[in-house]
Amino acid sequence: MKTIEAIQEELIEEFALFEDWMQRYEYMIDLGKSLPLIDTAFKNEDYIIKGCQSKVWVHADLKDELIHFTADSDAIITKGIIAILIRVFSNQPPKAILEANTDFIDKIGLKEHLSPTRANGLVSMIKQIKMYAVAYQTQLN
Amino acid sequence: MLDVKKIRADFPILSRKVNGQDLVYFDNAATSQTPQQVIDVIVDYYSRLNANIHRGVHKLSQEATDAYEEARIKIQKHFNAAQFYEIILTSGTTESINLIASGYSTILQAGDQLIISALEHHSNIVPWQMLCEKTGAELKVIPMTLKGTLDMQAYESLLSPKTKLVFVNHVSNALGTVNPIEEIITKAHAYGAKVLIDGAQACPHIKPDVQALDVDFYVTSAHKLCGPTGVGMLYGKSELLKALPPYQGGGEMIATVTFEKTTYADLPHKFEAGTPNIAGGIAFGAALDYMNGIGMEAIASYEAELLAYATAELKKIEGIIIFGEAEEKTAVISFNVGVQHPYDLGSILDQMGIAVRTGHHCAQPIMDFFEIPGTVRASFSFYNTFEEIDRLIAGVRKAVKMLQ
Repeated sequence: MKTIEAIQEELIEEFALFEDWMQRYEYMIDLGKSLPLIDTAFKNEDYIIKGCQSKVWVHADLKDELIHFTADSDAIITKGIIAILIRVFSNQPPKAILEANTDFIDKIGLKEHLSPTRANGLVSMIKQIKMYAVAYQTQLN
Repeated sequence: MLDVKKIRADFPILSRKVNGQDLVYFDNAATSQTPQQVIDVIVDYYSRLNANIHRGVHKLSQEATDAYEEARIKIQKHFNAAQFYEIILTSGTTESINLIASGYSTILQAGDQLIISALEHHSNIVPWQMLCEKTGAELKVIPMTLKGTLDMQAYESLLSPKTKLVFVNHVSNALGTVNPIEEIITKAHAYGAKVLIDGAQACPHIKPDVQALDVDFYVTSAHKLCGPTGVGMLYGKSELLKALPPYQGGGEMIATVTFEKTTYADLPHKFEAGTPNIAGGIAFGAALDYMNGIGMEAIASYEAELLAYATAELKKIEGIIIFGEAEEKTAVISFNVGVQHPYDLGSILDQMGIAVRTGHHCAQPIMDFFEIPGTVRASFSFYNTFEEIDRLIAGVRKAVKMLQ
């Protein structure tokens, strides 16, 4: 299993290959399109994270002491960023998720999407990921 | 004809780069940019005049007071109010609306009815809902048509002797529809109802004559018309304003204070408690001078050309849906392309240095009506150019291609 830090490093290296914002965005759009769909049972008000503009749904379950995240959004760029977050945080132990930071978002040039004023639900999504980690960590203790 | 090149030189922000490219600013309906002439007034105020007003005997205070009161006269003249004291300087449209809603909370009774329109912005919905909760009055809504105009027949059927107040925006912020406010006012008056018109979106394009309109209350913000944020006005007919209780208590709004009884100051000070936004008020006057210097009619006709051009060009894009196709519109286009989320389009346009608004534009009921999460809204001002519209069109095409 790769650590969260290792995956983040990988992403930073991948994004460093892009020459301009267009390539970066095209890649995110592709990631967004290829994101495995969340089970429709979880695409409801209980799992929604309300941003001002795009809706984000996130669901998590614990299997073999690792958290598996699935998520979705009605906006494709948001979905691309979700795909990145899932790649980083899914299939990881709760403790590692709790200890991880999100500086890599800045390093891959997507900082503006994580600004709290952007109001696209992503800041809340990271918070939600951490909340799930807290909840499952408590279960494991 | 406007000399747009010369006008653009007045706006320092228009020469800045965004994401490495020349800024294209098409979010004018959210806030307009500020010309150097207005910036200079603010700088001059703090450099030369800064003092508290209406109370000092010293020279600075007198000069600041004169400048502030001159601005009020400029606003009075611009809107053709009968009296200077019918112009209340507020922090903006939202405060102006809340001031009236607060005043009427002591006048309305259970069973009274208020009418708003389906085209309203949240700040012209929520204060009235709160007022209804407080008083037991009932809120009625004028429905809209698919074209984004008000259903005037439905409006007439909502009016009755129970109707006490009607609130409609002059221009819809989300769609740009110009509402038939003359007709709305005349019909409301026939039932003895008072009318408040929210002019925040209209004033950058239209010069309303409050006496000719016979409107009871008219509100707007300075920052939509080249002025600073945090200042705006409430026009009210003097007999109506006199009948309302003060909004906030504090300095400035009193005549005499003892612990037994305070008597309130006359208009406009009765509604202007505390130290106001002095620099903002003076700059509001300067902004009106600037707009009038260019000419409101010239502004409106140039913006109409921009709107017509942008609409025609956008319509050539496959899958485009324009929301709000009223015959009378200000220079605002709300649109989506196919099923693309407005947030995605807006994010990509932002990368190209093009500033548009995306989302529900604080008018969720309108988005619910069209069953969409939001729109992309491009709103134009007299300092925008046809070339900038070309960049928007190219940007939208590119974004759609990337997203498909």
